[in-house]
Amino acid sequence: MDLFLQLTLAGLAIGSIYSCVALAVVMIYQATDHFNFAQGEMAMFSTYVAWTLVGLGAPVWLAFLLAVGISFLAGVVIERVIVKPVENAPVLNQIIVFIGLLVIFNAVAGWIWEFTIKPFPSLFPEDLGFKSTLIGPHHLGVIALTLGVLALVFAFFRFTRVGLAMRAAAANPDSARMVGVSVGWMLALGWGLAASIGAVGGILVAPIVYLEPNMMAGVLLYGFAGALLGGVSSPGGAVLGGLVVGVLENWVGQYVPGGSELKLTFALILIVGVLVFKPAGLFGRVVVRRV
Amino acid sequence: MAFLEVRGLEAYYRQTQALFGVDFVLDEGSITAILGANGAGKTTTLRAICRMVRTDGEVVFDGQDLSGLSTERVVGLGIAHVPEGRGTFVRQSVEENLQLGAYTRKNKADIAEDMESVYGYFPRLGERRRQQAGTLSGGEQQMLAIGRALMLRPKLMLLDEPSFGLAPLIVQEIYEIMARIREREGTSMLLVEQNASIALELADHAYLLETGRVVMGGESSLLRDDEDVRRSYLGY
Ligand SMILES: Nc1ncnc2c1ncn2[C@@H]1O[C@H](COP(=O)(O)OP(=O)(O)OP(=O)(O)O)[C@@H](O)[C@H]1O
Ligand SMILES: [Mg+2]
Repeated sequence: MDLFLQLTLAGLAIGSIYSCVALAVVMIYQATDHFNFAQGEMAMFSTYVAWTLVGLGAPVWLAFLLAVGISFLAGVVIERVIVKPVENAPVLNQIIVFIGLLVIFNAVAGWIWEFTIKPFPSLFPEDLGFKSTLIGPHHLGVIALTLGVLALVFAFFRFTRVGLAMRAAAANPDSARMVGVSVGWMLALGWGLAASIGAVGGILVAPIVYLEPNMMAGVLLYGFAGALLGGVSSPGGAVLGGLVVGVLENWVGQYVPGGSELKLTFALILIVGVLVFKPAGLFGRVVVRRV
Repeated sequence: MAFLEVRGLEAYYRQTQALFGVDFVLDEGSITAILGANGAGKTTTLRAICRMVRTDGEVVFDGQDLSGLSTERVVGLGIAHVPEGRGTFVRQSVEENLQLGAYTRKNKADIAEDMESVYGYFPRLGERRRQQAGTLSGGEQQMLAIGRALMLRPKLMLLDEPSFGLAPLIVQEIYEIMARIREREGTSMLLVEQNASIALELADHAYLLETGRVVMGGESSLLRDDEDVRRSYLGY
């Protein structure tokens, strides 16, 4: 029973990181109808920025906050400079831009910081003042911090004027423009937010998977699986989907014979399964599009 | 100079030209109708005024040249658009739709006051303020589109076929409310319609649009009595 609880809690912790990535992906998908394949690599890059700041002597929390802020600005700039010019280009061109971003971030990170793996410090102290055999301090901190961040993001969209305008711009850009919303800037803001949320995920996962330019490959795949499972049209669903995938991953690794080698395969099976049997995900709406 | 002056207005969708030099004027506080058949360019005219299509020519509003402005800036000048198809934010609540209408305004107290006044004009929206807007009936969504435009405290409202797809009784109701809005708020309106008879009843002036050109214009009563207009647009 203890093992089961341990697995489940650790799964929730890693799942909440998938949730961050899933939410970032879904936010951009809702506004643009495209998956940002570079979301993971952007998060990886943000994590290196935090690592560099720590190396320069910044306390790890300060490095975290600065990296999240820098990621926001970088997200805005990427949208304005790279994504906006192709927004009316054919779909294939846009996908190639996203994949190009992925490759560039990966290569540049490898060039600056090399491909050797590096340890990354946890944001949370070893000693939380109490001991639990069920969950370690880093995992507990991850759950608390991600849930806090996600709650903030949802409150922002739900209760603020700009959050409402961002939802409106994503759902109905023409009408949004007609009420005076600057749709282009809302998109840029969305990219900034997504980059920040991704950075949170990257910095939290780095102490677990170690820092290296390919560290987000698996996380992004699980994040996609979570987003699809929850429904790409539903941010809340994506977050839940991420948590479910994290827990399932741990269960499969432990209880399915040979499961620990099959974890990534499991994510792929989940993605294909959802696409085939429930394309809208568990919480999404089926969108009928005129072609 | 008139409140809204449109001179030599041309509009293009990519290579296709949709307006070929449209001229008309609108006086402050008046309601002007633009009538025309399907594809005449009515919607395009409204979209050209708020810079949502590529245009050429001159649009002067309240002494200000609108060419070169973004749509957001045009809205900021007090031009509200009730678009073709109503443009409802379907997943947002009625209240959020109205809040979006006031997006360019800052004063929260004024906005709250205007929201109540919209619910005053359209009690049915008030009863459904928390309801998802996509679940409203067609007539209610049309009311919501007008309410959303009112939330700007507009100086000029652009209305694109507010009667479209609605039962005669609802059309009557909506037009009565538009008349009341003009009376109370003094809002100028540029009204696009295929339903010529009801538009001519409300409007002071009207213009006839055919394939992107104004072919006739004048006081509503003049058009109402015109033999050709009667045969082509009023059907008697
Ligand atoms: N998005 C578009 N792309 C290309 N051509 C367009 C587009 N929208 C309108 N047009 C063309 O511009 C012309 C004018 O269209 P517009 O929508 O302004 O007509 P309308 O008078 O509003 O018609 P309706 O009464 O049917 O709404 C038409 O010939 C139409 O085919
Ligand atoms: Mg039209």
